Amino acid sequence: MADTNGSFWLPPQSSTVAAASDSLFDFIYWLNVIFFVGITVATVYFVVRYRRKSDDQLATSKVAHNTVIEAAWTFIPLVLLVVCFAWGFRLFLHQSVAPGDALQIEVRAQQWSWGFAYGNGTQTLNELYVPAGRPVKMLISSKDVLHSFFVPDFRVKADAVPGRYTSVWFEAMEPGEHQIYCTEYCGTSHSGMLGTVKVLPADEFDKMYKQGMWPGQTGAGRDPVEWGAELFTSKTCNACHSVDGTRLVGPSLKGVFGKQEPITGGPAVAVDENYIRESIMDPNAKIVEGYPPAMPSFKGQLTDDQISALIAYIKSLK
Amino acid sequence: MSSMTQAGLVHEGEQEISYLRAKKGIWSWLYTIDHKRIGVMYLVAVLLAFLLGGVAALLVRAELFTMGKTIMEADTYNRMFTLHGLAMVFLFIIPGIPAALGNFVLPLMLGAKDVAFPRLNLASFWIYCTGMGMALFAIVSGGVDTGWTFYTPYSATVSGPVVMMTMAAFVLGFSSIFTGLNFIVTVHKMRAPGMTWGRLPLFIWAIYATAVIQVMATPVLAITLLLLALERTMGIGIFDPALGGDPVLFQHFFWFYSHPAVYIMILPGMGIMSELITTFSRKTIFGYRAIALSSIAIAVISFLVWGHHMFVSGQSVYAGMVFSFLTFLVAIPSAIKVFNWTATLYKGSIDLRAPMQWALQFLILFTIGGLTGIFLGTMGTDIHLHDTYFVVAHFHYVMVGGTVTAFIGGLHYWWPKMFGRMYNEKLATISSVLFFIGFNVTFFTQFILGSRGMPRRYYNYVEEFQQLHQISTVGTWFIGASFLLMLGYLLASLRTGAKAGANPWGARSLEWATQSPPIEHNFHEIPTVQEGPYEFPTTVDGPAKA
Repeated sequence: MADTNGSFWLPPQSSTVAAASDSLFDFIYWLNVIFFVGITVATVYFVVRYRRKSDDQLATSKVAHNTVIEAAWTFIPLVLLVVCFAWGFRLFLHQSVAPGDALQIEVRAQQWSWGFAYGNGTQTLNELYVPAGRPVKMLISSKDVLHSFFVPDFRVKADAVPGRYTSVWFEAMEPGEHQIYCTEYCGTSHSGMLGTVKVLPADEFDKMYKQGMWPGQTGAGRDPVEWGAELFTSKTCNACHSVDGTRLVGPSLKGVFGKQEPITGGPAVAVDENYIRESIMDPNAKIVEGYPPAMPSFKGQLTDDQISALIAYIKSLK
Repeated sequence: MSSMTQAGLVHEGEQEISYLRAKKGIWSWLYTIDHKRIGVMYLVAVLLAFLLGGVAALLVRAELFTMGKTIMEADTYNRMFTLHGLAMVFLFIIPGIPAALGNFVLPLMLGAKDVAFPRLNLASFWIYCTGMGMALFAIVSGGVDTGWTFYTPYSATVSGPVVMMTMAAFVLGFSSIFTGLNFIVTVHKMRAPGMTWGRLPLFIWAIYATAVIQVMATPVLAITLLLLALERTMGIGIFDPALGGDPVLFQHFFWFYSHPAVYIMILPGMGIMSELITTFSRKTIFGYRAIALSSIAIAVISFLVWGHHMFVSGQSVYAGMVFSFLTFLVAIPSAIKVFNWTATLYKGSIDLRAPMQWALQFLILFTIGGLTGIFLGTMGTDIHLHDTYFVVAHFHYVMVGGTVTAFIGGLHYWWPKMFGRMYNEKLATISSVLFFIGFNVTFFTQFILGSRGMPRRYYNYVEEFQQLHQISTVGTWFIGASFLLMLGYLLASLRTGAKAGANPWGARSLEWATQSPPIEHNFHEIPTVQEGPYEFPTTVDGPAKA
C-alpha cells in the first residue's frame, strides 16, 4: 500500500523499500501499543483497587515469586524480540545491497552543501536528479567532517565519512521532489545543509543524461537577478553569507559589489565580477580579512550560467 | 519483629545531635569525611548542574519555537544544546543518584558507619568540583559546539575550548571511578552482621552493578578523550583520515564507554524504584532474585552493545547484526524489572504520597522509553529513525522519564531522613502532576516529529514541523514550573516543615532504623539483621504486631 501523502507517524512512501520498512515499523508499533496498554492498565487497576484507605491497612498477599509467570514474561518477550531482530536484519541487508544494474551517482558532502557527480561527467549542487522506476546507488563520501545523507520519503540514510565510501540505494516510484537532510551534526549551518531529490520520468532522465545538461542548469528566458536569488538559497550560499549585513561564517554580501575589501596577507581587492567568480571557484585565493578559510570550491558544481546569475544577484544587493 | 526494633536503635522521644549539627563551621563541611555530609554536598552540586542544564534546555526549546532565528544565532544554539547534553550527562545524571543519594543512604542501608574509604569519598567530591569548574571555564571562554558526543573529525578541527571541555570530562571520570570503587569495597566488606547478599536492599544491588560499570568503563572514556586532546594539540592522526586515521574509530571508543554509561545512569534509578514500590505498597518485592540478577546481567551485557549507535556509520553489516542481537538481549532484564514492579502492586496497600507518584510515573514513562527502543535496536527501522527526534524522544523517556523521575522520587523519599523535615505534600502532588503533563507534551510530540523525518541538532526546520515544535516547547514550560515549585517547597521545608520521625513511610530497610536526621556515626551499635529488606506485615500473617 504505497502511501503518497504520509500517515500520522510516517512520511510518504516514495521508494520501493519504504513500504517494506513501514510494515516492520507497524509491527513494532503494535507490539509497543499492546505492551504499553497492558502494563498501564495493570498498574492503574492495581493502584485503584488496592489503594490504601486507612493508615493501618496491610497488603493482602505476600506472594514474592511465581516460576511459571516469571518464565512466561521472560521467554515471550524474548521470542518477540528475536522476531524483530531477524526481520530487521533481513530488511537491513535488503537496504544495504544495491541491485547489480543500479545507476551509480556519487555524493560528495561538504560543509554545508551536497555535491552530486554523475556517470556522464556532470555535477550538480544540492539537486539530485534520478530516474523514476529504476534503482539508483549513491556512493557517499565527505570532503571535511561527518555528514549523513537522509531522504525521509525513501527511508534511506547513511553517514558521509571522510576517507571512505558508504552507500545507500533506492528506487523512486514516481516523478516528484523529495527533501534531503544532513543528519549528522556538522557545525554552524548543519540545519541549512538541505537538498532536493528531483525524480524525473525515466525517458526524460535518459535524454538529459545523454545531453549532459540538467534542468535548472541554464537560465534560458529567466531574469538573472531573480534566478540568482533562487540559486543563492537552493545552493545554500545563504548558509554562510547573509544578504542583510549579519555576520555569519563568511562575510555578508549586502552592498559588497564595487567595494574595496581588505585581504588577509595581500593588497585590498575591488569586488567585481572576476573576484566573485574567483571566490566561487577558488575561494581560498583571496580571503577577506577576519574570516576563516572555510569555503569549499564549487568548481564543476555550478555552471557558467548559474555563476552569472549569482553575480547578477549579488550586484543587486544594495 | 522488624530489624530496627530488635536492634533497639531508635530512642523514642529523645532526639540526639544529628550529623547536621555534630560539627560547626564551613570547614567542618568542606573537609568532612562523613558520607552523609559528602552526600549532601554532592546533592547541592548536582542540583546546580541540573539547573544549568535545565536552563540550557529551556533556551534550546525557546529558540525552536519559530523557524529561523527566535532568540539566538545558530552558533549560540549549537553551543547551547552541547552545554545541555554535557551538563546533564556528566555533571548531573551520572553522579546524581550514586554520588548524592547513594552516598547518603548506602552505608545506612548496609548498617555501616561509613563507606570503606571516607577520604577517597571526599577526594571524589573535590575532583568532581574541579571537573565542574573546568567545564564552567570552558563555557565562559567561548563554549563548545561539538555536541556532547565530541565526534571527530569535527571536534578535532573546530575552534573553541574543546580540549578544556574534554579534560573536564576526563577529570569528572575519576570522581566517578573513585565513587564506584568505594561502593564496591563497602558492599563487600562493610555489611552489618546478618546482612547477606540475599538480604541486600535492591537499591544496593543496583548501585553495586553501577559501580562495577563505572570502574570498568570509565577508563576507556578517559583514554578516548585523551587521544582526542592529543589529536587536537599534536595532530597524532588517530582519528584524522588525512593522516591515516579513522574518524569512525572514535565512535567505537566513545560508545564503548557511553553505552555502558547509559546503564550507569539508569540502574541506580531502577534501584530506587524497587525501594519505592515496595514501601508504598507495604509488600515484599515480586521476584527479588530476578531483579537483583537482572542488574548484574545488564552490567555485563551493556559492554557488548555499543555498535547499535552506529548502524548507519559505515560499520560492517555483520558487526551491526551482532550488536542488534545483543541489544535485544539486554532489553530482557529491563523488561523483567518492569513486570516485577507491576506485579508487586498486586494486593498491596498502595499509598500515593509524593515518592510513589514519581515511582508510578517512572513505570509508565520508562515503559514507553524502553518499548520505543525496539524501533531503534531493529536495524531495518533504525535506518529511517537514526539521528532524528525519535531518538531524542526515546532517550529522554529513558533518562528523564526513568532516571530523573527515580532521582526525584528518591529525593522525596529520603528527604525526611536527610534533613529531618517533611515537605508540603499538596505542593509535591501539584509538582508531580505538572511534570507528568509537561514531560509528555514535550517529548511525545518529538516521537512524531522524528518518525516524520525531523533530524536532531537542527537550529532551523521546514515549515511542516513548526506546529509540533511549538507544542513541544510549551511542554517545557510546565516542566520548568514543576521544578521551580519543587525547589520552593523543598527549601521551605527545611525551615517550616513538620519534624519527621525516624521512619515516616513505614519502610523496612536499615536507614529507617536510626533517627532522622541520623547521628554522626549512623547507629549507636552495629545492627544485626535477621530478615530481608521487604518483610512487611500482611493480613496473611494475621494482625500486625506492634
